Amino acid sequence: MPTAAKVFGGYWFLRYMDNVLQKIVWWIPLLPLIGFLLNGLRRNTLSKKVAGTIGSITVLGSFVLSLLLFFQVKAGHSFNVHSFDFINITSLKIGFDFKIDQLSSLFLLIITGIGFLIHVYSTSYMQEEPSKDFAKYFSYLNLFIFSMLLLVMGGNYVIMFIGWEGVGLCSYLLIGFWFKNHENNSAAKKAFIMNRIGDLAFLLAVFWLITKMGTVNYDEVFSPVNLAKLSVADITGITLLMFVGATGKSAQIPLYTWLPDAMAGPTPVSALIHAATMVTAGIYMIARSNILYTMAPATQVVVAIIGLATAVLAATIALKQNDIKKVLAYSTVSQLGYMFLGLGVGAYTGAVFHVMTHAFFKALLFLGAGSVIHAMGGEQDMRNMGGLKKYMNVTHLTFLIGCIAISGIPPFSGFFSKDEILAAAFAKNRVYWGIGVVTAAMTAFYMFRLYAMTFLGKFRGTHEQEHHLHESPAAITFPLIVLAILAFVGGWVGIPEVFMHSGHKLGEFLAPVFAQTNVYIEAHHLQNELSHNTEYILMGTSILLAIAGIYYAWNKYSKYQKADIASTGISKLLQDKWYVDEIYDAVIVRPLKSLAMFFNNVVEKKGIDGMVNGVGKAVSYGSRQLRWLQSGQVGAYVLLMVIGMLVLFIIQLFL
Amino acid sequence: MDIKAYIALSLTLFTIGIIGVLIRRNAIIVFMCIELMLNAVNLLLVAFSKMHSASVAAKASLTFASDAQIFVFFIMIVAAAEVSVGLAIIVMMYRNTHSIDVNFLNRLKN
Amino acid sequence: MLGTYFTFPELLIWLPFVAGIICFFLGKKNAAKKVALVASFITLAVSVISLFYTNDKYASYNNVSYVWLKYIGNTFYVGLDGTGRLLTLLTAVAFPVIFVATYNTKQKTPASFFGLMLLTQAGLMGVFSALDALLFYFFWELALIPVYFLCSQWGGEKRIQTTFKFFVYTFAGSLLMLIGIIYVYLHTPGRTFEDGTFSAHSFALSSFLNAGLTASEQNWLFWLFFVAFAVKMPVFPFHTWQPDTYDQSPTSVTMVLSGIMVKMGLFGVIRWLVPVFPLATVHFSHVVMMLCIIGIIYASCIAMVQDNLKKLVAYSSIAHIGLMCAAIFAMNQLSVQGVMLQMFNHGINIIGLWIVIELIERKTGVKNISQLGGVAQKAPVLTIFLVIIALANIALPLTNAFVGEFLMFSGLYRFNAWYTFAAAISIILAAVYTLKMIQRVFYGNTNTVTEAMTDISINEKISLAVIVCLIFIMGIYPQPMIELTKEAVSNLVAMVK
Repeated sequence: MPTAAKVFGGYWFLRYMDNVLQKIVWWIPLLPLIGFLLNGLRRNTLSKKVAGTIGSITVLGSFVLSLLLFFQVKAGHSFNVHSFDFINITSLKIGFDFKIDQLSSLFLLIITGIGFLIHVYSTSYMQEEPSKDFAKYFSYLNLFIFSMLLLVMGGNYVIMFIGWEGVGLCSYLLIGFWFKNHENNSAAKKAFIMNRIGDLAFLLAVFWLITKMGTVNYDEVFSPVNLAKLSVADITGITLLMFVGATGKSAQIPLYTWLPDAMAGPTPVSALIHAATMVTAGIYMIARSNILYTMAPATQVVVAIIGLATAVLAATIALKQNDIKKVLAYSTVSQLGYMFLGLGVGAYTGAVFHVMTHAFFKALLFLGAGSVIHAMGGEQDMRNMGGLKKYMNVTHLTFLIGCIAISGIPPFSGFFSKDEILAAAFAKNRVYWGIGVVTAAMTAFYMFRLYAMTFLGKFRGTHEQEHHLHESPAAITFPLIVLAILAFVGGWVGIPEVFMHSGHKLGEFLAPVFAQTNVYIEAHHLQNELSHNTEYILMGTSILLAIAGIYYAWNKYSKYQKADIASTGISKLLQDKWYVDEIYDAVIVRPLKSLAMFFNNVVEKKGIDGMVNGVGKAVSYGSRQLRWLQSGQVGAYVLLMVIGMLVLFIIQLFL
Repeated sequence: MDIKAYIALSLTLFTIGIIGVLIRRNAIIVFMCIELMLNAVNLLLVAFSKMHSASVAAKASLTFASDAQIFVFFIMIVAAAEVSVGLAIIVMMYRNTHSIDVNFLNRLKN
Repeated sequence: MLGTYFTFPELLIWLPFVAGIICFFLGKKNAAKKVALVASFITLAVSVISLFYTNDKYASYNNVSYVWLKYIGNTFYVGLDGTGRLLTLLTAVAFPVIFVATYNTKQKTPASFFGLMLLTQAGLMGVFSALDALLFYFFWELALIPVYFLCSQWGGEKRIQTTFKFFVYTFAGSLLMLIGIIYVYLHTPGRTFEDGTFSAHSFALSSFLNAGLTASEQNWLFWLFFVAFAVKMPVFPFHTWQPDTYDQSPTSVTMVLSGIMVKMGLFGVIRWLVPVFPLATVHFSHVVMMLCIIGIIYASCIAMVQDNLKKLVAYSSIAHIGLMCAAIFAMNQLSVQGVMLQMFNHGINIIGLWIVIELIERKTGVKNISQLGGVAQKAPVLTIFLVIIALANIALPLTNAFVGEFLMFSGLYRFNAWYTFAAAISIILAAVYTLKMIQRVFYGNTNTVTEAMTDISINEKISLAVIVCLIFIMGIYPQPMIELTKEAVSNLVAMVK
């Protein structure tokens, strides 16, 4: 409280602000929604300048409010806001509630802050679009921010789910932004459907909660009384289903394949949605439900293993990709895997910390890549780049900072968060740490491969492109610089205990969110402590491996020459992404399609319809046969009559 | 007299009627054969009435049971009506087709 | 005046009925259209006003009973409860929207067309408010017969076969129901009318509830009624009339069929089947639910490979209705409340979809997905409406269908988790076929078919905007609708318990 009190100059003002903020908190999501409506409805008349301003200003407004809120929360004023009853029937009450606490206020800052920077960036990046599409783009971006804010502010799982599906929808709309090209549309469709699979699992978890507890409010779900209603099977099932939901949104095995394809969208979108914010929704959800996961050790193991496997798999694929955005996409998948590893080993703070630092440097890298693509006139293949260092100074420097940060070199931000996760993994299981640290080395390698191929060496593109090369305008470089600063210093809020006593400000800030988990862990004696020496050794190892990766990449790729050698063996396997898409196609998509065809052509047309029509046909065939009895010959009728009478006689007399 | 004689007679008449209807194509003859069948039935009814009225009347505590004979009148009226309608049809048929062959009538079929 | 001379249900039935009869005598081209439009708006106004008189103290506004065929214990007994009010509201909303949206569609002999449409509306209103079994059956057929003529006179090329199939299906179902009604009737207690007339049995709903049927009687009677309702909904495997009929009928009739008439089946289950045969309902709930769930997955799969837009929507509707039917048989408050909301929402959404499809077909002359493409470039407004409605159809949050489906699935989960898992697959499949349709029809580049397409005109915009507004209002603030039906839901659930 004291720090915030200083900021606002007094306790009473603080109390006053507290009241006001509770009343205006719903403006945070509402502002982007207004921006969406303005841009969306008036897209035909607004000029680009106005549309871009509306888009950016509304998000800036939310950012300012979030900042105020953050200081309130920091001063210890977490609160819930109830707007109106969404669904209220006797056995189930779901309010349109917001929960403002440490976790959500941190995410609010990340979303609105980075969101604002990316809006600014987009005003320049999307300049070539016609003004109608320009306004449409900004309205989608604002809608995304709105949905994402709902997701993190929601006071119950249903509101979270509303945001959850909302961001999926925006992601779909933005990936398919250039809808004339069917490849984009297919990528968008794939993203939506894969997300929907996850969403379904999430929904089922919510139904399960409703059935067992009759509530979805966080505060009620996490209350000990209600938690006691869940058996071990319930809690494991619920957490597993939620995790499946998270794998969809946060691109983990088995639902990760949409994210690399999602790069079909505009680059700022990749930075905002597919790197910094939306894909971390799964981490947010698990961090939010931390007590449930702590109580379900079986799920935690699954989370950790899936996270780790995704981290390794994606990193291996990233080693061999040549599309600059694809490398970053796989790197994102891999980093998300790290975060899940953190969640799986109980390092919730570490995972959230990594979300934050990753948001900084990955947004930076994507925006940097966007700047490069912009300069290259749309070229994304790194084999045609090279030597951009001398043309694009700011982009180059900021990009380098991003690369160092993601590689985990101190004192850049990535080091702190990644090491926190790795240390926790070591404490849980050394194998986790071993694989994690190797992945970290791979990360360093492919990031510097990317850096070297793009910025070092000689330019390998066409002359036309070379002529076109230029540093991007201020609207693009400004966000890069801000993000570069954040990527550099962002980690200092979480300095580990070994370096500085109570240096982990973020951990202290987030402590109330994970308090219940900590109590549970202490009660069940689950904590694992590492000695300081071990921690030093772990850090040293990971730094050394990362430097080795950087060195190797620098050596190998700084003088890269284009060569048309078809890759073979494992290299080809990596280049073709382990053929996962093809496997999915063969195992799921095609059988499903054949089944549908079978239903349509055989069961429906021949089976059911055939049966129904068959009845009709039988009747009409029978009638046609019977028609011959009506010959029109009077004699024949009389004969039949006589025969009939005789038959009756015979029956009467003899039978 | 034995009832069997009546039955035999009316059966014979009826059979002649049926055979006539079946094998003759002349409408008037067919018509007469139908009359023959009707009258065979009439004969049978009267005969049964005469032979059995006493026992029926005793059961129903009546002096005389005349149901069957009333029935005969009824059939005769129907037959008379039928003759008038039927002959009219035959006349019309002759006017239209210049024939009284019944098989000509199957043209109605189409 | 209300309550003494007229009641809401009477107004709702007679207004369209009289207007419909008038329409038949208006030979001139646009007169019938205008009369129909005005009549439907007045009906809508009545229906909306009736929402403000739900309180018990207004019972005389909402219920009325005339002696009709008293020697067999039948009365003209109509009344509105929560369910009835909801569905009459849907009917009242749907018709003006349909009339406005199809205002530019040319009909041959508009007088009879609009006359028949209004008679259908009268029949539907009657079905939703009848509280007497014979009256219910009467209105059930009254709603059906005009549709038969509408399909057979104004339909597509294969209209005769299709209509015949439709008619035979529904008529067979209706006859089974009639047998059932008569059987139950013969077991009802006697009833004395005010003038002292005594009838040995009675057709009133309340008497049906007291028919004292044994469990085994209920078990076979259940199927007589259920088949009639299942054909109407339709539930797998009684559904094959539907895609063809939707495909061949004139679109405004298809809207009535898919938006409102399928609700007759659901309504029948809620109003008659479950309350009259509670034991059989519980006994057969698993069987029915399995049929529904098979139908949900089956229809969703077929929708994925459909090329014909109209059939795609038809199959998607079968899947949605299957879910609603399953949710009724889950028989708890959550699921039934969900059904109530979803009956209304599904009606709104699917009418919206049909409007869009009708526009595409009218503007391009094509209804096959493979022949279309790039519509978004030529008709951006239409595309926006379609995307919103299509997403509502697949129950995206903050659209109306989400609330309904959420409650239905929660209730279903409470009944049986495995059924929920199976049924929920349709959530994914729905996304697959909807997005595929959007992609193929609206995105991509234009082709020769869509090259000359124009965007929509003002009347179509209005009707689509109304639908989109309803979608959002019902999706963001569904509580008023929940309040409206809460009591009916509790009563229904209590009957089975």
